[in-house]
Amino acid sequence: MEAALRQLPETVPALTLPAEAPAKAKAGPAPLPAVPTDRVARWLRLHRGQLRAMALGLVSIAIFVAIWQLLTVNRATFYVRFTNVPSPADVLDRAILAFHNPIFGEHIWMSCRRIVYGFTLASSVAIPLGLLMGRFQILREIVFPICEFTRPIPAIAWVPMAIMLWPTNEESIVFITFLGSFFPILINTLQGMATVDPVLVRAARCLGAREASVFREVYLPASLPQIFTGLTVGMGVAWVSLIAAEMISGQFGIGYFTWEAYSLVQYSDIALGMITIGVLGLGSSFAIRVLGRIVMPGGTAR
Amino acid sequence: MAGTARGLIEVHDFCLRYETMEGAVDAVSDVSLNVQPGEFVSIVGPSGCGKSTLLNALAGFLTPSGGTVTVDGEAISGPSADRGMIFQQYSLFPWKTVRENVEFGLKMKGVSRSERERRARTLLGLAGLTPFENHYPDRLSGGMKQRVGIVRALATGPRILLLDEPFGALDAQTRLIMQQILTNMWQRLKISVLFVTHDIDEAIFLSDRIYVMTARPGGIKAEVAVPLPRPREPSMTLSSEFLGLRRGLMSLIREESIRAMGGEVSLDSLKGLAINLEGQDLSAVL
Ligand SMILES: Nc1ncnc2c1ncn2[C@@H]1O[C@H](COP(=O)(O)OP(=O)(O)OP(=O)(O)O)[C@@H](O)[C@H]1O
Ligand SMILES: [Mg+2]
Repeated sequence: MEAALRQLPETVPALTLPAEAPAKAKAGPAPLPAVPTDRVARWLRLHRGQLRAMALGLVSIAIFVAIWQLLTVNRATFYVRFTNVPSPADVLDRAILAFHNPIFGEHIWMSCRRIVYGFTLASSVAIPLGLLMGRFQILREIVFPICEFTRPIPAIAWVPMAIMLWPTNEESIVFITFLGSFFPILINTLQGMATVDPVLVRAARCLGAREASVFREVYLPASLPQIFTGLTVGMGVAWVSLIAAEMISGQFGIGYFTWEAYSLVQYSDIALGMITIGVLGLGSSFAIRVLGRIVMPGGTAR
Repeated sequence: MAGTARGLIEVHDFCLRYETMEGAVDAVSDVSLNVQPGEFVSIVGPSGCGKSTLLNALAGFLTPSGGTVTVDGEAISGPSADRGMIFQQYSLFPWKTVRENVEFGLKMKGVSRSERERRARTLLGLAGLTPFENHYPDRLSGGMKQRVGIVRALATGPRILLLDEPFGALDAQTRLIMQQILTNMWQRLKISVLFVTHDIDEAIFLSDRIYVMTARPGGIKAEVAVPLPRPREPSMTLSSEFLGLRRGLMSLIREESIRAMGGEVSLDSLKGLAINLEGQDLSAVL
């Protein structure tokens, strides 16, 4: 923890430097120092909407925490009972303790690893399968019926079966995570393939593209936005499935931590676990959005 | 490879029939036409007479139900970069920049990256698109999109260029500029062009010859030569020669358009329309 604190001052200037450097470089040779302030003003003008949204977001979170604090400190009861609910301050105390404890880090690490395994496996099977099913009707006709009747089964319902199927607990949890994210990714990839503009395919053919090239150069990029929608949804479902699986059969993992906190009457840890799950979920969908930006330059693909 | 005939289009007794649930639809019947190497030929005709169908057969997307369609004596077996096509709808790849779009055909041919880039730059320069080479299509105006489409189709050095109402969605001013750009490129590259349009002025201004098609099932109603000298100037559209051609073509097409309407608008469909629009039965009104 101390090491992390000592690193902080080093990383902060390193992060802000690139943003300031070009402005300074321009201001140097230019006779008028108005250029950087002009750019700042322009940036502020163009991003006004986002800045307002961010400010409002912070305010609403603050209000939420304040209400939470009020309800818990006063032990409010009106049908819903806040008597045992920890206050934000309690949770903060526990969080500081937990972050000093390597066990808590281990819980987070285990959950993230399961997500990465399950989700990566699901995407690397569902995306190619969806692309091929979208392209070749025969394959679609063979595989789709199986999907249609396995899809409505929630991943959680697979827990007992998974425990029987796989030799270790770890594998069965990854399997549940895999199942949870598999179908959203597959269905969205299929949807993406179905909505590829046929005139683009014909244009490519007229320019000499053969089957494989049409697939790589038209079908794939044209479906990418929809594939990324599938990845985002799939990531959400992966977390839902993972947490449920961990609560039922886990040793370690943030879902297990949360359930364990309830059994051990550590009420603050319940909230801490929930918040951690929320933050991790948010972080992983953010990661997918960043990946999408990298894969689809210009943000123009439709 | 180039041979003597580069870009000779010959269509003999071409028929095309679509099979649908309601039965067979004869879209085109017994069309014969030709485009000589380096010639600019237009097709005009009422909506639904099968102009796109004919172009699609030439591009290699449809197989004739009857007759023959050949380019330089060879039957068409499928789409090829030898026959460039510009579609009625914009068809640029939205995930590629302007230059990447233009390079596409060359990439399919296996041309090296640096050579592709060089050729694409040259063509974009000719079409006045250099400042936009790194833009994505969604930031271009309609006219620019079609210009890029034309440049993209020309980049592979096709023998013929097929255009299906390429300027239909553009405003009059842009359309004029596009016509001049197209004429310019056609003269430079000496390729054969088959151009489909609704616009008679456009057909006269651009073409060496014009085919007028009949209402569905589409056939050839008339073939009209355009003896206007080249280079053509927009002011020529006011000359007596131009106006004479225009009058003649107008009356030919009006006959067919009326036939096309008469054939399609039956009392039954009018009834449906009346119910939708006014909420009452047509027979009650009549
Ligand atoms: N896939 C299809 N199946 C059945 N009928 C079709 C099909 N495509 C076109 N048709 C019919 O064939 C006829 C000719 O269509 P085509 O698109 O070639 O006309 P067009 O001359 O290009 O019309 P427009 O000027 O409106 O573009 C039309 O009556 C149309 O309804
Ligand atoms: Mg058409």
